Amino acid sequence: MTNLNLMLLVLMVAAAVWAVMARSLLKAAIGLAIASIIITIFMFEFNSPLAAVFELSVCSGLITVIFLSTIGLTRPLSHKELLALSRDRGRRYGFMPLLVIACGAILAFVFLKMPLDLEVAKNTISVGAREVLWNFRHLDLFGQIMILLAGGFGAVLLFRETNTDEW
Amino acid sequence: MSGSIAEFFWVFTVFIAMLAFAGFYCILVTRNLIRALIGLEILNKAVTLLFIVVGYITGRQALVQALVITTIVIEVVIIVVAGGVIMSVYRNDESLDARNLRNLKG
Repeated sequence: MTNLNLMLLVLMVAAAVWAVMARSLLKAAIGLAIASIIITIFMFEFNSPLAAVFELSVCSGLITVIFLSTIGLTRPLSHKELLALSRDRGRRYGFMPLLVIACGAILAFVFLKMPLDLEVAKNTISVGAREVLWNFRHLDLFGQIMILLAGGFGAVLLFRETNTDEW
Repeated sequence: MSGSIAEFFWVFTVFIAMLAFAGFYCILVTRNLIRALIGLEILNKAVTLLFIVVGYITGRQALVQALVITTIVIEVVIIVVAGGVIMSVYRNDESLDARNLRNLKG
């Protein structure tokens, strides 16, 4: 466990907490993108470049753009609404960083000295990700295509302009 | 196996659990629909990182990468459709407050 890894992990959790606690939704989306970029760094470090490229382009790129456009299409809160919200905001989110740190501390106390059974590590498969995806997990690809189709149809239905009052 | 690998795995697991906790907390506490989606996304990131760490330790990066790519595709579709639902709710209610969805009750 290097110091760089530890620092990146702390940064990742801090970015996620910032994404949850930030008043502005734009800042929350940026915090999420930062967490995603740090996960991408871990993926490159752990010899998973294909997943890293997907994570970087899709999760920190496309999903951030989707969030930003959703935020842009909705009206920001007025000053009066913001004041009303900020009253109970401290009560709802104030303890969150402490709770996250307490959760980490408790888990670290319980797990850090625990042994790990790694029998499965001996049976490694020496094929690339592409071979696995095309030859062993082709049902996954079929499922992905179905889900993409379902998502496409869902988006078309949801964003369809309703010109008539029939439905 | 060696203690250093176990320590490496558990340290990552602790931070992943913290990430998942932040996501759960966000979904449970927030009233803003977009922020609830952000919480869901944080939960998804925790799962993705756990996949990658386990793949690295067991030496099965290829299989894990295939699973992560599947997860990312599903994640994007969920975000797009949920974003569409949020936009529809906003068009109807002029608000992103989840409490306003109670008028769908019954």
